Amino acid sequence: MKLLRKLAVGFLVLVAGLSLAAGFVAPYDYARQFRDHSNAPPSHAFPLGTDDLGRDRLSRLLAGSRISLLCAPAAAMAATAIAAAIGMAAGYFGGWLDETATVLTDLFLSLPWLFVLLTLRALLPLNITPWASTAATFLLLAAVGWASGARVVRASVAEMRFAGSILHARACGCSGARLLCFHLLPNLRPVLSAQFWILVPVFLLTEANLGLLGLGIAEPVPSLGNLLADLQNYQRIREAPWMLTPALLLFLIVASLHFVVSGRDTWE
Amino acid sequence: MGIARTAFLLAGAMGAYAQSGGELRFCVRADPKTLDPLLAEEEVSETIRYLTGGVLIRLNRQTQRLEPELAASWKVANNARQIDFELRRNVHFSDGAPFGPADVVATIRRMMSPGLQSGIADSFRSAGGEVTARANGANGVSVFFSTPVAGLELLFDQVAISPARPAPPESAVLGPFQFAEHKSGQYVLLKRNLNYWKTGAGGKRLPNLDSIRLDIQANREIELLRYRRGELHLVDKMEPEAFERLSKEAPASVRNAGPSLDAEFLWFNQSPDAEFPAYKKRWFQSGLFRRAVSAAINRDDVIRLAYRGYAHGAAGPVSAANKLWFNARLSPPRFDPQVALKLLQQDGFRLEGNSLRDREGNAVEWSLITNAGSKPRAQIGTIVQEDLRKIGIRVNFLPLEFQSLIERITRTQQYEACLLGLTNLDIDPNSQMNVWMSSGTHHAWNPGESKPATAWEAQIDQLMELQHTSVDQAARKRAFDRIQEIVSEEQPIIYLVHPDVLVAVSPSVRDALPSPLPPHLYWNIENVSLAAPAPGRKD
Repeated sequence: MKLLRKLAVGFLVLVAGLSLAAGFVAPYDYARQFRDHSNAPPSHAFPLGTDDLGRDRLSRLLAGSRISLLCAPAAAMAATAIAAAIGMAAGYFGGWLDETATVLTDLFLSLPWLFVLLTLRALLPLNITPWASTAATFLLLAAVGWASGARVVRASVAEMRFAGSILHARACGCSGARLLCFHLLPNLRPVLSAQFWILVPVFLLTEANLGLLGLGIAEPVPSLGNLLADLQNYQRIREAPWMLTPALLLFLIVASLHFVVSGRDTWE
Repeated sequence: MGIARTAFLLAGAMGAYAQSGGELRFCVRADPKTLDPLLAEEEVSETIRYLTGGVLIRLNRQTQRLEPELAASWKVANNARQIDFELRRNVHFSDGAPFGPADVVATIRRMMSPGLQSGIADSFRSAGGEVTARANGANGVSVFFSTPVAGLELLFDQVAISPARPAPPESAVLGPFQFAEHKSGQYVLLKRNLNYWKTGAGGKRLPNLDSIRLDIQANREIELLRYRRGELHLVDKMEPEAFERLSKEAPASVRNAGPSLDAEFLWFNQSPDAEFPAYKKRWFQSGLFRRAVSAAINRDDVIRLAYRGYAHGAAGPVSAANKLWFNARLSPPRFDPQVALKLLQQDGFRLEGNSLRDREGNAVEWSLITNAGSKPRAQIGTIVQEDLRKIGIRVNFLPLEFQSLIERITRTQQYEACLLGLTNLDIDPNSQMNVWMSSGTHHAWNPGESKPATAWEAQIDQLMELQHTSVDQAARKRAFDRIQEIVSEEQPIIYLVHPDVLVAVSPSVRDALPSPLPPHLYWNIENVSLAAPAPGRKD
């Protein structure tokens, strides 16, 4: 298990390093269209071939990985922060705050995410740059993805508030804010960390789903999601198996994250 | 003698009906919403209407001429306010009941009754106001319109005649096939109409086929897979990529019927109610700006990359497939970024570095929306984005969920430019009144104008009215040719391509004549036959 985890961490570091250095490593600009070389097979000039519009697949894969690997953790971080805030307030203060938070959490858990995302995305202003659209897509993911984490945090805090150390701190006159920030939050670190690592692959896959529907990151910016959209035509994969590279990469990233998360669980 | 005569009649009947015509199979995308031919609006119901309904006049999809069907002849009278039909004799419904003028009158009355809300009646009303019908002797029927209607015969191509007596519309039909069975989500089965009136060569009773099975299958990849396994005989409207692949595997089984009536285009929102800055409205309302954008888009690349060569550059709304109304004098705008920049300079724009700016110094940037899920449209959008980037225009291309898109372009007007396609079912420009009249609700760039906003729109209004009311076909053609020229000059809609009609027809299918006009594959279904026994089903 330890070896697998090390391999997974190594792979993630490698992919992150390559994608962060995409500007230097990638042979071409990801948006450049070599229209006379559309759908070219792998070659020296285009190591992973080109897409329908003649764009270099390797350059797009590197840039797409960078976006997905930066934005998915950022969105997971934001969602975890929201979950921590709501879960801690509900678990610690209880009463009407707890009831409201529970209703809100149940509501968010019962919503069909994909449709909510489609609706929210349709409400965004149209005239935004592809980068702003990318940020908006992942912020939306964070805005709808906090609920399950909040429930876990709430349960943990509700249990912790009657722990001896917390009661002792309260007896010593520690304020609510100080209790939350300096006594409860450090104890929640394993829970929050697990939530974060669970959400990263979830957001990666949700962005991929949006990309498959043509509603993910706006063209010409690539992401693992919109690169996967090419695979909808499975007949074509037989003729051009190198098109599977984004799917393979996504699988390896998600699997690696799984090993990282399960490794942390074992250790903690 | 009596027994001998009965035996002879039976043998004759067997000879006529017991043909081993086999079962033709193809896919439709969904369950039919109705079996009532007067209510058919979506593609599947229309397919069933076409295969089962008998019409008075039919448009031959190859010659694009009208042919007599249930009407042996017809005459347009009273300055195109009236059409008199002489009905064919000895025609029977599928249940054996005789067909006569009362059935035509009843069908027209039922169709026009407001309570039915028939989409076909809407096209009659928009063409000629109130419509009434009256029997004229033993075999005649007259249909009256309250205003003159140019080309009114064509309207009857879509009116399937139902019996006058009370009966479910699908129970007694006059078309080559009749409804037999529908299993929701699985298939619709149509059986040969044993009383169909038409005969083929040598007096052979038509149709040739025993039955047609419409398998309900939304997934186009599975449809193609089934066709390749021999489980289907026809595939309509293939994606260019699938067509290309199949043409490599089995060149004999694919056919390119040529440019369709459909078009892919983009337009700018010129509505005064649009919620974006006034300077952008000035750009979009400028003919020079629109012409420059049109000249900067490489249509050849759109055809080559998004359609794999299976499309034709568009000069206007009418493609070469429409033999009657195509304006052959027009050609698609030539791709020339330099010409585009000159036009923009004439309009006060200037290129600063890599960014185009208007005379007030605003960077030229706009959003282009389209519906999500269409691969060719996503590719066209990206090509347009890249082509315009080369002349300094930044396009933010954004596919939207379809309902949200429709809401924006028809109601809220919250968009700047839109890339869409139009599926044209009708060859006559009368069906486009709602698009070209400035007051039309589908007048894409500025819907429902109280009065024409520009001189050229006023001219289009006049010409559309002229072609709509004139009974002189040559005058109608001249008027609509001029409309196409104005559209080409002013580019309120920037037409990009007319995609080709790509179909697959199994080599075992005889006499299928794919046409660019819908229905592309089975418009002459009564003549279609199968050379070999139908392929066995595995389910």
